Amino acid sequence: MLQNIKRTLRHGYRIGIKDLTVFSRSRMRLVSFIIMPIFMMVLMGYIFPSQNSLKNAPLGVVNMDQGPLGNQIVSALNQPIPGQNDKLFSLTYLTDEAEAIKRIKEGEINGAIIIPADFSGRITGNEQGTLTVITDQSNPQISMLLSGTLNGLMSEISARLGEEKIASLVPGIDNTQVVIKPFVIETRGVVPGEPNYFEFMAPGLMAMVIMTACMTGLAGSISRERELGTLDGILSAPISRLSIVVGKSFAQGVRGIIQAVITLLLAIGLFGVVIHGNVGLLALLLVLTVFSFIGIGIIISAISSEQETAMIIMTALTFPAIFLSGAFFPLQQMPAAMQWISRLNPLSYSVGALRKCIVLGTNISGMMTEIWVMVGFGVIFVAIAVPFFSKVINR
Amino acid sequence: MNIIEVENLTRRFDQLTAVDHITFQVKKGEIFGFLGPNGAGKSTAMRMLCTLLRPTEGSALVSGFDIVREANKVREHIGLVAEKLILYDELTAAENLALFGRLNNLSEKGIKSGIDKWLGRLRMEQWRNHRVGDFSTGMKQRINIARSLLHHPDVLILDEPTLGLDPQTTRAIHEFILELSREGITVLLTTHDMTEAESISHRIGIMDKARIVALDTTKKLKKLLSGGDTTRVDIEIINLSEAILSKVKELENVVSLIQEDTYRMRLQVAGSNTIGAIVNTITSAGGQIRAINTVEPNLEDVFLHLTGREMRDRTSENASAPAGHHRRRTNSRVR
Repeated sequence: MLQNIKRTLRHGYRIGIKDLTVFSRSRMRLVSFIIMPIFMMVLMGYIFPSQNSLKNAPLGVVNMDQGPLGNQIVSALNQPIPGQNDKLFSLTYLTDEAEAIKRIKEGEINGAIIIPADFSGRITGNEQGTLTVITDQSNPQISMLLSGTLNGLMSEISARLGEEKIASLVPGIDNTQVVIKPFVIETRGVVPGEPNYFEFMAPGLMAMVIMTACMTGLAGSISRERELGTLDGILSAPISRLSIVVGKSFAQGVRGIIQAVITLLLAIGLFGVVIHGNVGLLALLLVLTVFSFIGIGIIISAISSEQETAMIIMTALTFPAIFLSGAFFPLQQMPAAMQWISRLNPLSYSVGALRKCIVLGTNISGMMTEIWVMVGFGVIFVAIAVPFFSKVINR
Repeated sequence: MNIIEVENLTRRFDQLTAVDHITFQVKKGEIFGFLGPNGAGKSTAMRMLCTLLRPTEGSALVSGFDIVREANKVREHIGLVAEKLILYDELTAAENLALFGRLNNLSEKGIKSGIDKWLGRLRMEQWRNHRVGDFSTGMKQRINIARSLLHHPDVLILDEPTLGLDPQTTRAIHEFILELSREGITVLLTTHDMTEAESISHRIGIMDKARIVALDTTKKLKKLLSGGDTTRVDIEIINLSEAILSKVKELENVVSLIQEDTYRMRLQVAGSNTIGAIVNTITSAGGQIRAINTVEPNLEDVFLHLTGREMRDRTSENASAPAGHHRRRTNSRVR
């Protein structure tokens, strides 16, 4: 029994080493293997908008105010970003609301702010003033950023105006701020540093490349050998069918983990991501991610007799798995039904655990649920996959 | 002693019966050739014998082991040269051999001496550390054969081993197969090249439409043709026409007739005095004879006789090319 297990593992190891050797010697495959995570990381890293990335956004200003306040607001909008040469907005001065709407429709500006004629007058006359912000609905992301930034800026200005007002109404008051803003909110993370979109995304990307290697890579590797005819040589050797599964999984697992590590190194080097957790735990999570997907990969490889079929099935499975894992979009934003589905997705647990480990520095006891679920997925699918593979592969 | 015993072996794919109740035995050291057109079921039969495909019905023993129940035992005793090369282009010759040696549980020492021995015998010694991807088809096939022999199999299974190879390599491989047989290795060979089957097989099974239609030595198979006294005659006529063909066909001793190409017809005739009558018939019908060849019957004639069809598919191959020189390796698997 022990002898058999050792022999199976030894044959599996040989097949795995062979796969990795063959792979490392084919230049084209090696190049695409390294390019893929770089491409994904850089692409994902740079295309997503972030609050800090708003720069020189074209904004229309309609200042009809006769008093000084309108000009104060305009000059606040014109301020350069602290420590930078760029401004938040690049302003276009317009005469009325109709023109602002026309310019937005033509795509020349992303939004406009309208300061009414009596703005200064109402405020000095102790009435509430109104500013109107017109947004571009065709571009929700920019609109959200724009109105968010404007709101922040405006509430600062309005607080300052309020302070001045109180100072003039209550002579001798010391701290006018306490009246306007009785309290402030101080946001602090559990680890030092600002929240960072790359830290959110890098773990998702790592889990994703491992999943792709295990599923697409595994099926591709087996069906390629089937088409080349070399699989006949392996199948006609006196080895356990399990050795083939072990060897192929080993090779694909190693490839997936290497790609995940490349992704992580890029995230650290290019985007300032910091690993807050234990590196050993991180390694364990990567191995568990491999394990949780290997069974599904084997089943698909066994069913699909051609490389092309394997690719089609894999794409159909991996895309929903990525979107329903929280790798790029937070699960909390999704409708309840989708959240339920995401709970059946092993990738969700891998992404969750990796994020906890890398971003929050959680230790192993804080992610036992994720770990057990990944182990469970792995055990169940491998238990189904291995006998199924042995049965199907000989037809 | 029979090293291969096959009984009623059958394989169906959905509706298609690829191998239909075939039964035969092969003796130790024998070279047994499976001859038949593409799609006859030769490869499917072979794949069952090397445990790559499960039979739907029937049974087979290889080296005394059942191909289904004792598949791994069978695998220890066979060497396989399939239609597609079982080699990794990215590995060197020695690495390829070592990999399969290890999968066959050879010791590292056994692997080393095996590589020396077989690469030496196949004259590939100096290429051992070169990548297989850089080799010509003929060199690859030599390495492929060395790979199949490394673990000292009793039975060597060769599926179209010389397909697409140049004549020199083909001849060298034929000689090598004969040598192996003299050393006691049993060879099971499939081919659709009758010259190959005829020149190296001790016995031949002719397969057509999933069945074995004849099985014997070449000599005895040829006797099947009208008691063995038929002759093949090839006649080249400058103005060959339908009229000439039908007149010749009506002659009493003409067993079969096919038009080879625009100018040539091929006949199977019984008795020895028939040629004169044929020549007379052609000339009186206005035909101008350019050449007459009488040819010893070959396996193709046997196949034609047994099935009423030619073995080579005229629609896909150039009929005027000499047999055996116009074959190429295709990627479609024969089932």
